[in-house]
Amino acid sequence: MTIEIRPAPHLHAPRDVPLIMRHVVWSLLPVCAFFVYQYGLSALASLLVVTASCVATERLFARTGTQASDIGDFSAVITGLLLALSLPPAFPLWMGAVAGFVAIAFGKAMTGGLGRNVFNPALVGRAFAQAAFPQAIATYSPSFLPGRFAEFVPSTLTWPLMQPPELAAWLKVNRFDALASATPLALWKFEGVITDAEALLTSLSGHMAVGPSPLLILICGAYLAARRFLDWRIPTAILGAAGLTAWLLYALSPERFPNPFFMLFSGGLILGAVYMATDMVTSPVTPRGMWLYGALIGLLTVVIRYYGGLPEGVMYAILIGNAASPLIEKITQPVPFGKGPFARLGKTRMGASYPLHPTYISREDAGAEAPKKRIFIHKPKQEDRRSAEKPHE
Amino acid sequence: MRLVSYLRGEAFQRGIHPPEEKHTAALPIRRLPFPPRVVVPLMQHIGKASRALVRVGDEVVRGQRIAEASDWLSVPHHAPLTGRVEAVGLRPSARGPWQEAIVIRAYPSATQQDLAGKPQDLEAMSRAQLIEAIRDTGMVGLGGAAFPTHAKFSVPAGAEVHTLVVNGCECEPYLTCDHRIMLERSEWLLAGIRYAMRATGARRAIIGIEDNKADAHAAIGAAIARLGTIPEGEIHAELVPTKYPQGSEKMLLMALFGAEIPAGQLPLALGMVVSNVGTLASLGELLPAGRGLTERVVTIAGSGVKRPGNYLVPIGTPISWLLEYAGAPEAKAKEVILGGPMMGQAVASLDAPITKGVSGVLVLSAQELARREKAKVYPCIKCGECVESCPMGLNPSMLGMLAARREYETMESDYHLFECFECGCCTYVCPSYIPLVQQFRVAKQILRERKLAAAR
Repeated sequence: MTIEIRPAPHLHAPRDVPLIMRHVVWSLLPVCAFFVYQYGLSALASLLVVTASCVATERLFARTGTQASDIGDFSAVITGLLLALSLPPAFPLWMGAVAGFVAIAFGKAMTGGLGRNVFNPALVGRAFAQAAFPQAIATYSPSFLPGRFAEFVPSTLTWPLMQPPELAAWLKVNRFDALASATPLALWKFEGVITDAEALLTSLSGHMAVGPSPLLILICGAYLAARRFLDWRIPTAILGAAGLTAWLLYALSPERFPNPFFMLFSGGLILGAVYMATDMVTSPVTPRGMWLYGALIGLLTVVIRYYGGLPEGVMYAILIGNAASPLIEKITQPVPFGKGPFARLGKTRMGASYPLHPTYISREDAGAEAPKKRIFIHKPKQEDRRSAEKPHE
Repeated sequence: MRLVSYLRGEAFQRGIHPPEEKHTAALPIRRLPFPPRVVVPLMQHIGKASRALVRVGDEVVRGQRIAEASDWLSVPHHAPLTGRVEAVGLRPSARGPWQEAIVIRAYPSATQQDLAGKPQDLEAMSRAQLIEAIRDTGMVGLGGAAFPTHAKFSVPAGAEVHTLVVNGCECEPYLTCDHRIMLERSEWLLAGIRYAMRATGARRAIIGIEDNKADAHAAIGAAIARLGTIPEGEIHAELVPTKYPQGSEKMLLMALFGAEIPAGQLPLALGMVVSNVGTLASLGELLPAGRGLTERVVTIAGSGVKRPGNYLVPIGTPISWLLEYAGAPEAKAKEVILGGPMMGQAVASLDAPITKGVSGVLVLSAQELARREKAKVYPCIKCGECVESCPMGLNPSMLGMLAARREYETMESDYHLFECFECGCCTYVCPSYIPLVQQFRVAKQILRERKLAAAR
């Protein structure tokens, strides 16, 4: 009989890395499907090309031995899908492919692959695109165009190394004004127009130039959080902090600042909070650290949006959060069992089955009283007081 | 997250819920046939090895003392069989290294009755005499740690013990020996609890039982009711929510009293002594008869055995004999584990004997080990599952990364490495299949050796 010797534990939970990544991909599929429904062929092509670019780059660096992880763990697919969702749907395909390459090569492979990256690769790719193609990334096409499943938006099929054509002329042919191709955030920043809540939430009405539907992202994120494939603390902290900051500013001067609801549901905040900031590798592992990290991102997002030159601030806020996360982790280490205030003060948790000392529940001593909750631990106990009173009687 | 775990009614924070797999829970304890030869190691417990009292060729009767304690933290051993001492020398142990052991060859025609014990009057004994009597039984913690029971029960001067906590959690998957003991031997268990209360001076005893063993709770409750009022104090049986690793005394005290034992201290700091149900049931059986510990209940389980069950096994029985009787198919077995699947140790040699601290023998086949087999180790993706599961509130993710970089001193100074009691929760949940616990064991061992070297 041959037997093997392995270290304990000998059993393992069903979860492994590819399983987690696959679930994130699955949960992204409805979001992608709706994105394609909104923008048609261009969005589909953008999703496919950017994802393919990411996967091919991942494979390339796995082959050259630069990184340990390979395409089998689906993490490159997530990067690709998220990058494509965060780019405008009619982003020129060649630029998307370059952004995908940069995302994996500089965001991930350069530092050693899965688990070793400092910044979220998708955001590295987007930051690159923002810097390299400022014109193209600011050009949104309107959603629900009549012929969106029949033809590409002209900018999609730009020749490599060429700048995309102006959309205004093409839009005029389709009887849309140029304003339709501005995002709600740009409308607010540059025109002072605030889009109403319902349109933002579902992005079903009109021809708004918005990204993927926030409501759908929230639903998919809730599924992931319920299955514990992402930590609920981070999106909660980001949205809470962003909402609170925006609400405070709105309360101070409602005419200068938009309402907090607009802040939360416009732009990429929901996508960033649910899918990008929660990237496990680049966020802290400690529960308290997650709250701090989320709060930092939420605060920075609002500050950048209000006081920065760009309409959108989520990307930079998350990148700063990523950079701060090792530091945050360091100062938010969990307190070990037996070293916390509970242990030091000899306090007990509420709802325990038994008091620590048996005198209180003794059946023999019928006159025993239930102990009072003691807030001041140095106050004498009841028995002490009783015995102290006795001599006076 | 204290509030969340309180609202959920959780016994202690974090921890995991591995599949229970307690298939042998309904199988009564049965006696294993006596093996032709037993190997009684002199080192079956934490502390110092015992000193052999017999020589090669000596005839021994079952229950006779064959080794004596060499130190306070040491226990005597008793002959598990009537027979002749065949050898006193080095034999393979379950851990791997060979250890000093007494080998006894059974007389095939002996009745194997325990005739060596002398009934004793426990009522007349003082606390010190009672502790001495416990020591004479050779009792150690039968839950797995094998800490000498008399040393645990002797309260140091100045300390006071008011509560005896009886650990009936058996949180490890597969194991059911304590469950069966609580069901079938509840009278002995209560007797043992009463002796332990007298030995420690405890005024109440609380038996903590996980709620997946409600029948054991009911059986013990009935036995307590039959017992009526006792002079020692009071005995309660309490159900606690099932969760791994509840069997750890720190977690059990948290579940029962909501109190944390301060780091680096024993339950004695709270005036408590924690003992396993198997230990106390054995004490209740052995003490009045004045006998020594010669056998224990062992769960044999896993998909690799044909006849799993709870067996009464003589100490020193070779694992190979046990497996032969239980019907372990050779082709299927991949791993043989002493103890539970979470903390138990894979054996290196099937010639190794069952010792006093072995609560189960698991024969796992490819069926159970499939996940570990095909697993690929990924880098840590910092998912935080380990942090969410560590019952001690450590950061296994960070500890693992430090261990990979061999920064053992940082692990100890900044990340509380020595608080880890190797329950294996972090490794069980790790989606990257990083052998975290093993890294921590290595780190601890290296640190200990470095400290020894520095002290020299």
